[in-house]
Amino acid sequence: MIKILYSFLFCGIICLIAQLILDNSKLTPGHITSILVVTGSFLDIFSIYDKIVEIVGGGAMVPITSFGHQLIHGGLTSAVSYGPFGIIMGMFDLTASGISAAIIFSFFFTLVFKPRN
Amino acid sequence: MVKKMKNKKYEEIVKKHRPDENRTTNALIAFIIGGLIGALGEILVELYIMWFHVSQAQASVFMIVTLIFLASLFTALGFFDKWVTFARCGLLIPITGFAHSMMSASLEYKTEGLVYGIGSNAFKLAGTVIVYGVVSAWTFGMIRLLIGGGAL
Repeated sequence: MIKILYSFLFCGIICLIAQLILDNSKLTPGHITSILVVTGSFLDIFSIYDKIVEIVGGGAMVPITSFGHQLIHGGLTSAVSYGPFGIIMGMFDLTASGISAAIIFSFFFTLVFKPRN
Repeated sequence: MVKKMKNKKYEEIVKKHRPDENRTTNALIAFIIGGLIGALGEILVELYIMWFHVSQAQASVFMIVTLIFLASLFTALGFFDKWVTFARCGLLIPITGFAHSMMSASLEYKTEGLVYGIGSNAFKLAGTVIVYGVVSAWTFGMIRLLIGGGAL
């Protein structure tokens, strides 16, 4: 149960930081999501994000920072057995499900629904 | 002199018509909505573990797919854009924002055909996340592998 509270706080604080950057600078949401993805993968150099995932649970996988973390995590897992080339080979191992799902859903929903302005 | 007056008047008119944006309220809304989505994620993970008896890793994959499905569906139905203008970063920073950007880009270019419309424009907005994610993950992965000594 405590993990739900941690998830609320963690995800909320990341959105809060992003909203503060958005309101107080000229950066667009595209810039901010890119910055957060780079931050997520940066935090994994020292395994910090792994520890956050352990404590927070599912809530740590929801913000876009986890995308960067999963990219580097998949690469490093594959690097254990294949060396430096493993990073390229295993890069999309963990994020594949999210990207594939987004492509499939958006394609079929686009076929079915009409654009509205 | 006349020009100065015009500028001043123009500024006043702009000020009048600019919507009252309270930064504190915006930040609070983003915090609450984003937090609720994070909590929903954790609740879904726990429910999937309970219902399907899967591992934590599999359950979080199911959870992410569920959130992406919901975000794409609501974008296609037209609700999500209104919610985004209200909650902003609360909905754009979670994985729902990724699905929303892909869905709205492919809907927008639907009229240009299947290949050059949907096919080539689907990643128009979401592409930056993937490009910078991969570049940074490779760079930091190499740093960790070569300087930090060993993976994981």
